Amino acid sequence: MIYEGKQKIWSDYQKDIPDDHYFYVRSCIRQSFFPASEATFLDITRNRLGKDIFETEHHTTCGGIAYHSDTIPQETVMTIIARQFALMAKNGYENYVCSCITSFGLYCETMETWREFPELEAKIRENLWKSCKLEFAKPKFLIHASDLIYKYRNQIAAQAVRKLVNVHTGEPLRVVEHIGCHYSKMFPSKGVGGAEYPYVLVGMIEAWGGEIVDYPERRHCCGFGFRQYFIKGNRGYSLSNTHKKFESMEPFKPDLIITNCPGCPYFLDRWQYVIAESTGKTYGQDGHGIPALTYEEVAGLVMGYDPWDLGLQTHQVSVEPLLDKMGVEYDPAKKYLGKNGKDLGAPAPCACLK
Amino acid sequence: MKNNILIIGGGPAGLEASAQLQRMGYNVILIEKSPKLGGHLAKWDRLFPDSVPADEVLGSLLRGAEGVKCFTDTDVRAINRLDKSYNVRLTNGITVLSDAVLVASGFDLFDAVKKEEYGYGIYDQVMTNADLEAYFKTGSDPRIEHPGRIGFAHCVGSRDEKAGCRSCSKVCCATAVKQAIEVKQAFPKAEVYCFYMDLRLFGRHYEDIYLKAQKEYGVRFIRGRVAEVSENYDGTLLVKAEDTVAGKPLKVTLDLLVLMAGMRPSASGKAIGDLLEMQVEEDGYFAVRGGIAAGQRSPIPGIFLAGAATGPKTLPETLADARAAAMEVDRYLTEIFPDAKNYKQLVKERW
Amino acid sequence: MVDFGFTLVPSSRINLDLFDKEKYEELVSMEPDVRICMACGSCTAVCTAGKFVHTSLREAMEDIFNAKTDNALESLRACQLCGKCAMVCPRGINTRHLIMSITKVYSKK
Repeated sequence: MIYEGKQKIWSDYQKDIPDDHYFYVRSCIRQSFFPASEATFLDITRNRLGKDIFETEHHTTCGGIAYHSDTIPQETVMTIIARQFALMAKNGYENYVCSCITSFGLYCETMETWREFPELEAKIRENLWKSCKLEFAKPKFLIHASDLIYKYRNQIAAQAVRKLVNVHTGEPLRVVEHIGCHYSKMFPSKGVGGAEYPYVLVGMIEAWGGEIVDYPERRHCCGFGFRQYFIKGNRGYSLSNTHKKFESMEPFKPDLIITNCPGCPYFLDRWQYVIAESTGKTYGQDGHGIPALTYEEVAGLVMGYDPWDLGLQTHQVSVEPLLDKMGVEYDPAKKYLGKNGKDLGAPAPCACLK
Repeated sequence: MKNNILIIGGGPAGLEASAQLQRMGYNVILIEKSPKLGGHLAKWDRLFPDSVPADEVLGSLLRGAEGVKCFTDTDVRAINRLDKSYNVRLTNGITVLSDAVLVASGFDLFDAVKKEEYGYGIYDQVMTNADLEAYFKTGSDPRIEHPGRIGFAHCVGSRDEKAGCRSCSKVCCATAVKQAIEVKQAFPKAEVYCFYMDLRLFGRHYEDIYLKAQKEYGVRFIRGRVAEVSENYDGTLLVKAEDTVAGKPLKVTLDLLVLMAGMRPSASGKAIGDLLEMQVEEDGYFAVRGGIAAGQRSPIPGIFLAGAATGPKTLPETLADARAAAMEVDRYLTEIFPDAKNYKQLVKERW
Repeated sequence: MVDFGFTLVPSSRINLDLFDKEKYEELVSMEPDVRICMACGSCTAVCTAGKFVHTSLREAMEDIFNAKTDNALESLRACQLCGKCAMVCPRGINTRHLIMSITKVYSKK
């Protein structure tokens, strides 16, 4: 692998990311999949870095799940999106940052469609006014939340209490990055680093002391694929795609998978359990899995957040081997305590996955 | 009086046209931007279809052009059209008053880095057709150490609209077959795969080398474009394509992948074209006047074109084009140029 | 093991790394012209059996190269050795001998 070659491509795909003043929209599913990730994003950006990140309870879904499942007309989706953008403008913002990759992809696609077909934009403008009495507006900068953490990666490194380093060996942790398909596959120029060698997560890992490993199936979809997963009869395809990735990354012995999409960490995490319990195969050390974390969770770990406050107990794959490698202190007894200290109960143990 | 003719580009087209025009008695000035004459030919080891050494062919071209005033490391700084002739300032400080200008600016090899999914310049074991020729010439390349499985990816920077190269580069299929045979000769135990969309083996003897590659060397031809390449843990390559004959996706582990980089319009040729405000077609190559029946006249009187400046050509085609251009230049300089009184009318009728 | 009601789906992808070079060389020594097929499909177009039962020498060749030799045998199972394909092969392959050779080499387990 020739690192300089990748650097050249990275330099070709840089995008403008304003430093401050963002209108933030959440993901529909991340709050239940990885409940602390968005809260951590807001805490890091607002309280640790002092940025102005605004959010409003009036925003809704972007409609992406329905769109990708073919259950909603495109015009309806576009009107939903126009409403989100209008809320941004109404609140005095022009930089739009979203938590979800599906949303990000859909926003990019919608903006491109409007650019290509102004008559459609005019129609959506009318729909928006008729349905919501809101003024149509478009963001000046459309940013994914991982772009912003990428932008702040060195500031985060400056406040870090630990690095992505194995404290026992002194070696950097071997990290695999997985980018959501809709981050840059549709519009390579909209992603930091492009689509073939995306840099957005690599930049974070490099800044925080880890070592990135490229494995052959790094570009492959995590297996979410919307319809492939929603319908049980298709779920084998979803599982097989994830399996393909793990088989491909196995020889590289990664310590950690970092992701920037709602679905990817979920499927890379949960399907390890299904693969283990249905075939007996595990991919981490000594019967463990490979932890698949969100970038906010990884940022939180290096900045010294308590792993249980980061919601790492909600992962199927146990994160303790990673925490031990990083030298993170944690209280095993508190793993399944709720916010108020109430015992939530430990899940039933797995037969194969430790 | 001998007319001055400036020839821009010291590759095969420029050399051959120089030789012909000198034989006709013209005063030829040949300029070449690089330090060495010969163009891409000087970097190539052997030529399809018969694997003749490129040096031999280049040697005979150079001998033919002996006596021609050659300036290497020289480019055009400015060109002004006078009444009929061209006043050309060269980067070496010399100014040439030329009655005809022949642009033989050739082609650039497609920059394979642009096909990011193939990982040229990123994966250690990916090289180009030009790199392989350099290996054959020098006998050394860190990427080549007893490779067991070698692949050739056809159409890299050809027939690829997304990469801005719609056209076929014409020479890569035959080059791939030639190189596949040559690597089998160098490494007889190697498995060799060619990934193609169509095998465009149109020329004389081309089909023979295809048959030879199959029959004598057991080269496997797979119909399907290489889609993406990755690097395995051990540094080998994982190559994906569809076998479109079988109708199934395919993967193979390779020790070496050779990208058949195609022909692109020459960047330095384009710079000269800009100076002359010369028309280029959508494909980036210079337009010729009169369509397929003419071929070597540019739309501007007194400016001629030869070789790959007007689109991908094989070496024999380039040489034939250069000879034809010499004839066209001669016709212009004898029939149109000397007639001062009727020059404009003659250009109108015959250019 | 837990039954989730869904499971890994087998891959249909061709894996050239599984190509059995030794057996193939055995076939080449028996019928060298196996190498010169250019997948034109003339053989399959005129196949007497292929009109009724799945039979295709062209497909069988592809399957051999793609390490799916069981499929190759299956594609030739209904061949009647009539020789129609030999008449139309532009490369002049002795297709009857080729079919016999494929069957001989790849039927051995």
